[in-house]
Amino acid sequence: MKKKLNKSTWTYIVVILVWAVVMILQQAGALSSHLQGLLVPATYYAIVAVGLNICVGILGELSLGHAGFMCVGAFSSSLFSIAMQDKLPVGIRFPLALIIGIAVAALFGFLIGIPVLRLNGDYLAIVTLAFGEIIKNILNALYLGVDSHGLHASFTSQMALGMDADGTMLINGPMGISGTPRDANFTVAIVILLIALFVAQNLVNSRDGRAIMSIRDNRIAAESVGVNITHYKMLGFVVSAAIAGAAGVLFSHSISTLQAGSQYFGYNVSILILVYVVLGGIGNISGSVLAAAVLYLLPELLRALSSYRMLIYSIVLIAVMLFNWAPAARNWRAKVAASLKKTFGRKERA
Amino acid sequence: MKRWNKIMSSMLAASVAAMALAGCGSSSGSSTTATSSAAAATEAAASTTEAASSDTAASGETFKIGVIGPLTGGAAQYGTGVANAAKIAVDEINADGGINGYQVELQSEDDALDNQQSVNCYNTLKDWGMQFLLGSVTSACSIAVSEETHNDNMFQLTPSGSAVDCVKYDNAFRVCFSDPNQGTKSAQYIGEHKLATNVAIIYDSSDVYSSGITNTFVTEAANQGLNIVSQTAFTADSKTDFSSQVQQAKDAGADLVFLPIYYTEAALILQQANSIDYHPTFFGCDGLDGILSVENFDTSLAEGVMLLTPFAADASDELTQKFVKAYKDAYGDTPNQFAADAYDGVYAIKAAAEKANVTPDMSVSDICDAMKTAMTEISISGLTGDPITWTADGEPEKEPKAVVIKDGAYVSAD
Repeated sequence: MKKKLNKSTWTYIVVILVWAVVMILQQAGALSSHLQGLLVPATYYAIVAVGLNICVGILGELSLGHAGFMCVGAFSSSLFSIAMQDKLPVGIRFPLALIIGIAVAALFGFLIGIPVLRLNGDYLAIVTLAFGEIIKNILNALYLGVDSHGLHASFTSQMALGMDADGTMLINGPMGISGTPRDANFTVAIVILLIALFVAQNLVNSRDGRAIMSIRDNRIAAESVGVNITHYKMLGFVVSAAIAGAAGVLFSHSISTLQAGSQYFGYNVSILILVYVVLGGIGNISGSVLAAAVLYLLPELLRALSSYRMLIYSIVLIAVMLFNWAPAARNWRAKVAASLKKTFGRKERA
Repeated sequence: MKRWNKIMSSMLAASVAAMALAGCGSSSGSSTTATSSAAAATEAAASTTEAASSDTAASGETFKIGVIGPLTGGAAQYGTGVANAAKIAVDEINADGGINGYQVELQSEDDALDNQQSVNCYNTLKDWGMQFLLGSVTSACSIAVSEETHNDNMFQLTPSGSAVDCVKYDNAFRVCFSDPNQGTKSAQYIGEHKLATNVAIIYDSSDVYSSGITNTFVTEAANQGLNIVSQTAFTADSKTDFSSQVQQAKDAGADLVFLPIYYTEAALILQQANSIDYHPTFFGCDGLDGILSVENFDTSLAEGVMLLTPFAADASDELTQKFVKAYKDAYGDTPNQFAADAYDGVYAIKAAAEKANVTPDMSVSDICDAMKTAMTEISISGLTGDPITWTADGEPEKEPKAVVIKDGAYVSAD
C-alpha cells in the first residue's frame, strides 16, 4: 500500500474519471448537445498532441506536419469505411479502419523519415511542413470515383474521370469525402486516447525510450555508446505519426464530410497542435492531453461572449504561457508547490 | 514535483468538469437577439428560470430561428450579411404580429468557415431551443450541418449554401441557386447576350463552390458556342498573386474572364489585370457580390464587371428599396446578395410555417414534417425572385438577374 501511484497511472485514472463523469452527465441528460458535440474533437486533438509530444518532447525533433499525418489517416480510413459500409458490421469495420489509418500514417512517417532522420538539425521541421501542405494540396486536387469498370482517378476535374452513370465519387476534389459512417463516439475516442497514452508512456519508460531520449539529450554521446541513431529516431517518429493517424481516423468518423481544407489540416493546425504540446509542457505526456482538451473546449465554451471570444481566447493563451514559462511565475509556482507539499506531506505521514 | 503534478492534474480535472457544467447553463439564450420589447421581457424571464433545460417544448411561446455563418474571418461579409438581414426580417415579422400569432426569436452563431465549428454552432442552437435553422451560410458547413439536421429531423433552409449536396436530405431547402445551376446560367447568359466568344476561367480548385461552378460552366459553354481558351486554377494557399493566371488569359486572347470565385481574390485579379493593361469583360457569380466593399480596393477597377446574382441593391421595386433602406439605417452598409437570400429565407420560413399552421409547442420533428410539405406549396415574392417556389428536392425556382457595376454601384444589366 505504501507504493505511490506514479504519474502515468494518475493520468489514466484522471482520463477514466473524466469519461465516467461525462457518461453519468450524459445519461442524466445534464450535458448540452453543444458540449456533447465537442467531446470527440477535444479527444482527438488530445490524441494528436500526445503523438506530437513523442516527436517534440521525447525525440527532440520539431515536426510541423502532424496535421498532415492526421489528414492521411483520416482519408485512408474514411475511404475504407465507405467501401465497407454495407459489407461489415461497425464492430469490425471501425477497428479495421483505425488500423488502416494508423498504418497509412505510419507508412508516410516512415517514408519521410528515411531521408530526413539521417540528418541533424531542423530539417525535419521543414520537410514535415512541406509534407503537410503537399498532402493537403494533392487530396484537394484528387478526384477518385468508382463504377462498374473499376477505379477512376484524375487530378483535373470530375468530368475527366469519364465514369459511367452508375459510378459514385469517392473523393470529389475540394469537396472531399462525404458520407463517412459516424462510427466514432466519445467512449471509442477515450479508449483510443488511453491506448495512445499507454503507448507513449511505456515508450518513455522502455529501453527504446531511453535510447531515444539519449539522442535528444546528446547525440554524440549516444552515438559513442553504440545507440543506432537513425533506427531510434525512426522509431520515435513513426510512433508519433501513427498516433496522429489514429486521431485522424477519429476526425473523419466523427463528422460526415471530410475535406482537405486549410482550416482542418493546414500548417496552422499543425502549429495549433504544437501549441497544445508546448503549453502542456514539452515532454509531459499528460500535460498535452490536458492542454489540448482545455484549449479546444475554451473557445467553444466562450461562445456566450460572441465576438469577444477569440480575444479572450488569445489572452488565455498568453496567460497560460506566462504561467508555464515566465521565471517569476515558475518561482511562485515552486513556492506554492513547496508549501503545499509541506502541509500535505505532514498530513500523510502522520 | 510528482505531488505537484498530482495536485495540478486533479485541480485541472476538477476545473474541466466545472467548465463542462457551466457550459450547460450558459448555452441557453445568453446572446439572444431581443425581439419586440414585450416578448423580450417575458422571454428573458423564461430563459432564466429554464436556463438549465434544453427541452424545446419548455421554451413555449415563441418561434426560434437559428442562424449559422462565418461572422469572423475571411468570409465574414457573408455571415454578417445573413445575420443582419435575418434580424431585419424577424423584427419586421414581430412588429407585424409574428408567425401564426407567435413572436419570433433569432440567434446567430459564428462558425468561422469551419465544418466542425458549424456543427458545434448547430448543437449550441439546438440547446437554445431552435425550431428552424437558417444556415449554414457556406456550402461545406451546410453539408456538414445537414447530416445533423437530418438525424434530428430539424427544418433547415440554407440561404446561400449552393453545393448540390447541401439539400440532399428532404428536410433541407435553399434560397440561392445551386452551383451547377449558376455555372449553366452564366454560360447561357454569356452565350445568349453574345458577350464574348473567347473565354478564360480563373477558379479556386480547392473550393467546392468555385470548382462546382467551373465544371458546369465548361459543360454548358460548349453548347453555347463559347471557346474556353484558358482555364487556370489557384488554391486557398496561393491566393495573393494571380499574375501568371491573368497573363495566361491575356496571352490566350480571351475577351471575357469568368471568375467563379469570391470577391477578395477577384479584387486582386482586377488589380493585377489592370497593372498589365488587360481589360476584358469580367464576369462572375454571386461570390463576387461584395467586391465594392473590399478595403483599400480602387472600385473604379471594378467598372463594367458583370455578375450573375439574383439581387441588385439598386432595383427600383418597393420591396428592395425598403429592405436596402432598413439595412443601411441599421448597419450603415449596402446589403449584398447573401443578405437578400437570408431575408427571403426568413419570409419563406414564415410563409411555410403559416401554411402548415405550426405552433411553437410542437416538437422539432413534427414542425419539420409539416414544413417539408408546406415549402413545396408556398410561393413568395421576395428580394431575390418574384415569385420564388420550391421543389420537393429543396431547390428554388426563380429567374437569375445579371448585375453590372457602374459608377461604383451595382446596376441591373438588362
